[in-house]
Amino acid sequence: MAERRAPLYLARRSYRRRRLTDALRLLPVLMGVLWLLPLLWGGPGTENPTGEGSRAVIHVFAIWGLGIIAAIIISRALVVGEHDVDGEETRDDGRT
Amino acid sequence: MLSFNVLVLVCLIYASFLFLVAFWAEKRAERGRLGWLRSPVIYTLSLSIYCTAWTFYGAVGYAARSGLEFVTIYLGPTLVVIGWWWVLRKLVRIGRTQRITSVADLISSRYGKSTTLGVLVTLLAVIGTTPYIALQLQSVALSFAVFGLNDPSGLVITDLNRTALWVAGGLALFTVLFGTRNLDANERHHGVVTAIALEAVVKIVALVSVGVFVVWGVSDGLEGMLERIDASPIAQQDIIGTRWVAITFLSAAAFLTLPRMFQVLVVENAEERHLFTAGWAFPLYLFGMSLFVIPIAVAGLDFLPAGSNPDMFVLTLPLAFEQHTLATLSFLGGFSSATSMVIVAAIALSTMVSNHVVMPIWLSSRKDGATVSGDVRSVVLLARRLSIFGVLSLGYFYFRLSGGSEALASIGTISFTGVAQVLPAMIGGIFWRGATRIGAIGGVLTGFAIWAYAMFLPSFGEAAGFTQTFLAEGPFGFGWLRAQALFGVEGVDPVVHAVCWSLALNTLVFTVGSLLSFPNPVERLQGAQFVNVFEHTGTTRGWSQGTAEAEDLLMMAQRILGPTEAQRLFQLSAAEQGKGGYLPDTTPQFLERLEREMAGSVGAATAHAMLGQLVGGATVSVQDLMAVADETAQIMEYSSQLETKSEELARAARQLREANEKLTALSIQKDAFLSQISHELRTPMTSIRAFSEILRDGGASGDMDAQSLEHFSGIIHDEARRLTRLLDDLLDLSVLENGQVSLNWTRTNLNTVIGRAVQAAGQAGDAPMLTIRRNEVGEHIAIETDADRLAQVFINLIANARKYCDAEAPVLTITARRLGNDAVQIDFIDNGAGIPRDKQAMIFEKFSRLTDHAKAGGAGLGLAICREIMTNLSGSISYLPGQGGTAFRIDMPRKRLRTRTK
Repeated sequence: MAERRAPLYLARRSYRRRRLTDALRLLPVLMGVLWLLPLLWGGPGTENPTGEGSRAVIHVFAIWGLGIIAAIIISRALVVGEHDVDGEETRDDGRT
Repeated sequence: MLSFNVLVLVCLIYASFLFLVAFWAEKRAERGRLGWLRSPVIYTLSLSIYCTAWTFYGAVGYAARSGLEFVTIYLGPTLVVIGWWWVLRKLVRIGRTQRITSVADLISSRYGKSTTLGVLVTLLAVIGTTPYIALQLQSVALSFAVFGLNDPSGLVITDLNRTALWVAGGLALFTVLFGTRNLDANERHHGVVTAIALEAVVKIVALVSVGVFVVWGVSDGLEGMLERIDASPIAQQDIIGTRWVAITFLSAAAFLTLPRMFQVLVVENAEERHLFTAGWAFPLYLFGMSLFVIPIAVAGLDFLPAGSNPDMFVLTLPLAFEQHTLATLSFLGGFSSATSMVIVAAIALSTMVSNHVVMPIWLSSRKDGATVSGDVRSVVLLARRLSIFGVLSLGYFYFRLSGGSEALASIGTISFTGVAQVLPAMIGGIFWRGATRIGAIGGVLTGFAIWAYAMFLPSFGEAAGFTQTFLAEGPFGFGWLRAQALFGVEGVDPVVHAVCWSLALNTLVFTVGSLLSFPNPVERLQGAQFVNVFEHTGTTRGWSQGTAEAEDLLMMAQRILGPTEAQRLFQLSAAEQGKGGYLPDTTPQFLERLEREMAGSVGAATAHAMLGQLVGGATVSVQDLMAVADETAQIMEYSSQLETKSEELARAARQLREANEKLTALSIQKDAFLSQISHELRTPMTSIRAFSEILRDGGASGDMDAQSLEHFSGIIHDEARRLTRLLDDLLDLSVLENGQVSLNWTRTNLNTVIGRAVQAAGQAGDAPMLTIRRNEVGEHIAIETDADRLAQVFINLIANARKYCDAEAPVLTITARRLGNDAVQIDFIDNGAGIPRDKQAMIFEKFSRLTDHAKAGGAGLGLAICREIMTNLSGSISYLPGQGGTAFRIDMPRKRLRTRTK
């Protein structure tokens, strides 16, 4: 039902806003994948344990911090956008 | 060494401070001055109950044993919250539109308001949460013991059991005080939320302080710490891939399904916009809580004697370095973590138990169903309070029985896996319209069974019959049924094994069950509403028109929502339909709304059942349902426009109909009144004329004695007075109606006015004795009004009760109460027969009188005058139906409204 009612093309602002929500949706996916990386380091056959000790610690916390900064930037932009365009809510009602 | 007594004192002061803060927040909320108390910051902080004592103490222990893996417990929730646009936004929106009170309510509501599912999820939640509560009690008891064992001079003996009992008792008290203040579980518990937000701050400050001390106080800054980490055994631990992924997933699932998390995430959410802030602020909080865990663990292993309990490093490290303030802070941090978790968990569980277990049993145990008299609210509140005690006692006994630290150490993951069994039903329910009740029940049962068999029961070891041989050989020698190697999957970590099998089979059964079964109509309706929550915020129809009497519904609603709330709801709905008074038409929209309001108090399933008893099961025709549930979207859009128009027409028609009824009745009454009033005027006139003739003739002949003279002129005088009074009334009314009356505004006490009225209305003649019941304490309200005019209204109402109340022993109850800061409400309720429905609309009209004979001796102007006086005093008077007798309600402002009186 949503697809049929929603408009096909959007004004520049609502378009930007939709891409921001896309970014917000994809951010956890990216973080999840990056957090899997330490599993590929070290391990059997090398001298180091899987994750290579403190390297994994720094990696995990760095991704965490960067992810939070990215989330702050995206949600700030979304909140600012909300005052200009009543985008998402009206779109959901199908009345834009 | 830090004195143990000082510590107990600090702890007590801290606990009383929490009580004070909660009390202060409740008071502020009552006055409607919430301000920053409903800000996104408080919301974010309240989410921190995810970090329990298991985090505060246990994370360091976990890190000391298994290295970096501890962090997966926080990675899962971080992903869920950062990606709030996926799931959380939808959950919160559904929670708000459907007035969801708990996880069990969400699931039961989604799958056709099913009682079975409600009970099932509640059971699962109780079983999964009890060990967790025990774990919190244990950690508080242990942290006391750490101090107590080092201080033999302590006044209090450090008995683990006794400490745990005291803590459990205190928590139960707090939770009952602030968690069951209002029945509507959907309303926010401001006191509790504020207190746990404060505790959240204490937690993170404490842990970060210990961390900073360890990095910069004990080691030589960041560089030194990194070297230390590389050199410690922790860095030599392998990260186990399967566990890394499985526990991250598990913690993400548990974050959504834990009863306490659902409570703060969805139920206590004040505004959807708060997610914008929480979306990054809560991951930041988790980041802060985890950042120093490894440094503390490393330092603990380096500096503390071998064999020290790593679960207590956060406490023992500062103590070992003689940092007493830091140790106390750290202790308070742990105390906060444990208590805030237990409080919210107890509230969440008690809501579930009372709404999904106690209420259905109570309802079905009554043959006459929901229409019996008595206050249902007190039953629900009592059930909720008892459940809180029940839940905490369960936790305490579990703690006593398990008796040791070792059995509880792994309980965190076990508990997570248990509650995560709700996940397929939950996610499927909000994203897939094809999910059905059968599928959900099957999935939850399967997951629950596998979890119990592969994880929960083995945690009891031999006590539950899970001996080494049993684990190695399987039941009856069936190798493929081994608890930790199901279907021959061997060599997997037990946690990963249980998580994978339980959730995989759960999802499988849920999906297949849903595909094969057919949902009933209510399920399809609810499913469409949940899945498409963003598309139509409007409601679908669930009830058909008009089989229930509005008055019966009001009586029932009053007992669940409370009289004030229910009457407000009914009045509002009536106003929206364009009607006056308290009785709206029982349109499907109105029934739907009433059910949702009631669901906020007693849960969707119960509310549906109670309403069903009154409306008589004639819920909806299949055609009705299909029209909504089917995919006829194009027609719906067009028809919704038509509907708005026809609604407007219907409203106008209703208004016209009411006006017409009023006019017809009025004109009849007016005719009656005219003959009445000419009669009233003529009778005294006739006697005055007659007696004055006698006097004239007697005076002329001079043979009248003084006694007769006095008698006759007395009669003339009395009759003249009656005439004057009647004319006064008429004059009074016309002055009031034109608004030309001058009011004498003074400040006075309501109690004085009522007292005066009761006295002035005194006992009259041979009428049966009228007993007047008042609650004098509640009447002491300072008001600004015209005391004489107000007393006139009261006198009239009391006099009416005296005249018309037809009970054997007439009783008039007068209740006065303050509504918020600026309004006063006074009810006059007697125990007579009441006023029939068809007359209720008429009584405030002038010339109207219920009985046509002149029994009362008035001209039918009393109530009309009352109404005009109240309008002039910026208030109102109305008839209140459904109170078991004639009942009038007076609403008035406490202070003079300048704008209206100008």
